[in-house]
Amino acid sequence: MSENGVAEVTHEAFCEAIETGDPFYLACPDGHGSIPPRRVCPQCGAQSLTARALPETGHVQASTVVHVATAAFADSVPYVTAVAEFGPVGLTGVVTETDPAAVERGTAVTVGIERTDERGRPTLVFEPR
Amino acid sequence: MPSVRVAGVGLTPFGEYPDRTTRDLFADAGIQAMRDADVPSDAVDAVYFGNFVGELADGQGHHGPLVAESLGVSAPATRFESACASSGVAVRHAVRAVECGAADVVVVGGAERMTHAGTDEATAMLATAADAIHEVSAGVTFPGAYALMADAYFDAYGGSRRDLAHVAVKNHAHAIENEYAQFQSEISVEDVLEAPTVAAPLGLLDACPVTDGASALVLVSDEYARDADVEAAVEVTGSGQGSDTLALQNRETLSRTPATERAAAEAYRDAGIEAADIDLVEVHDCFTCAEVFALEALGLYDPGEAITAAREGETWRDGQLPVNCSGGLKAKGHPVGATGASQIVEMTRLLRGDHPNSEYVAGASTGVTHSAGGTVASTTVHVLEVAP
Repeated sequence: MSENGVAEVTHEAFCEAIETGDPFYLACPDGHGSIPPRRVCPQCGAQSLTARALPETGHVQASTVVHVATAAFADSVPYVTAVAEFGPVGLTGVVTETDPAAVERGTAVTVGIERTDERGRPTLVFEPR
Repeated sequence: MPSVRVAGVGLTPFGEYPDRTTRDLFADAGIQAMRDADVPSDAVDAVYFGNFVGELADGQGHHGPLVAESLGVSAPATRFESACASSGVAVRHAVRAVECGAADVVVVGGAERMTHAGTDEATAMLATAADAIHEVSAGVTFPGAYALMADAYFDAYGGSRRDLAHVAVKNHAHAIENEYAQFQSEISVEDVLEAPTVAAPLGLLDACPVTDGASALVLVSDEYARDADVEAAVEVTGSGQGSDTLALQNRETLSRTPATERAAAEAYRDAGIEAADIDLVEVHDCFTCAEVFALEALGLYDPGEAITAAREGETWRDGQLPVNCSGGLKAKGHPVGATGASQIVEMTRLLRGDHPNSEYVAGASTGVTHSAGGTVASTTVHVLEVAP
């Protein structure tokens, strides 16, 4: 992906790259990471962003077991949602682990995409390693 | 620069009023405030109105002129939306308008109507305060987002669900005599711990309710108060605002709320005070853990230290630092767009002596209010002092 093309990268393209096994994030010259859609680095405003390979493994930073959900997730309760750090970027996803007690700070996870709703919208999922 | 006085305050009772319109709720609070201030409608220079989900809840946008009309006011009117901090932000802009001389009299407040929508729709509406692409799509609800922050806090500093339960018990106790509160009833620590889980570690009684209601203030310049012989014993001496990333995943830590730290620094500098000068606070306790985050970010406790404050009695109305004498969002209720201004209404009444809990803070001269939108991505802090 060229540097000039980064501004055109949609969140859908980010999700598709995860599905095709080539996940990436956007890096600025100072090493800050971010996730599309971005035109500049959200931390420092740098306008030069380049795509870099997302680390294969992330680590859970915080998690919760959701019991009361929005309609889109009502059939899934209770489910675990977590924020995980993948190198310089954070991602939020649903943990594909039935035992919530198995998910804690530091749990190693990989990232995937599920498209289970009728419109095929992407949901980021984390799978414990 | 003119100083800003609170000349009048008004509230509707907070609770379930599914048949009342947003415009009527605000008219109720606004007319009370104008009457309290003894300010005629043609003296009003601007109307600033906070509202979060009018489009979703009422099918009604463009509420600014609509609510001005409902007050019989033809002055320029603007609607402010900053999620749960909507009217906190509206007040901040009203304060600045008076300070810079652009207005002498501003009616400012907010209203929200959500109970008619039911739990599913209300959950969806509240979730719009989070990042739709990065959070809501991953199953994050509003309670879920605060649960992630509570989880990170427990991990960083320790603490327990029982510690948090004491925040809820305290705020319910404070609301018992508050005639505007949604819940004028006591609860026990066991009630909180045994309530159904919403998003672990938070249960139903860790959360504020869904609420309908409105709040309003009349802010005037000190010059107007003097010339019009308006009694306005409380002065807004400081105002600050802070922002943060909308999505939690983009923050350095989830266990602290730096937007509040920034808003507090600005407000305290504005007022020429330090945290140690503060006698009492009204903070944004949409969840029990949110009160803990606020007290630490306001500089009233060191990081990791506020978790036991309610349990130790320090933040009860008869403690060393009374917190949420109104009952807070937890028991007073949380009509989202009305909440920020309602805290200033409550604080004004507490300081001027006509609040049911004024007797507990009789010697107080400096109060601070803290309003937070989303997961504290928008924050306002205001300093109120008894005018000399």
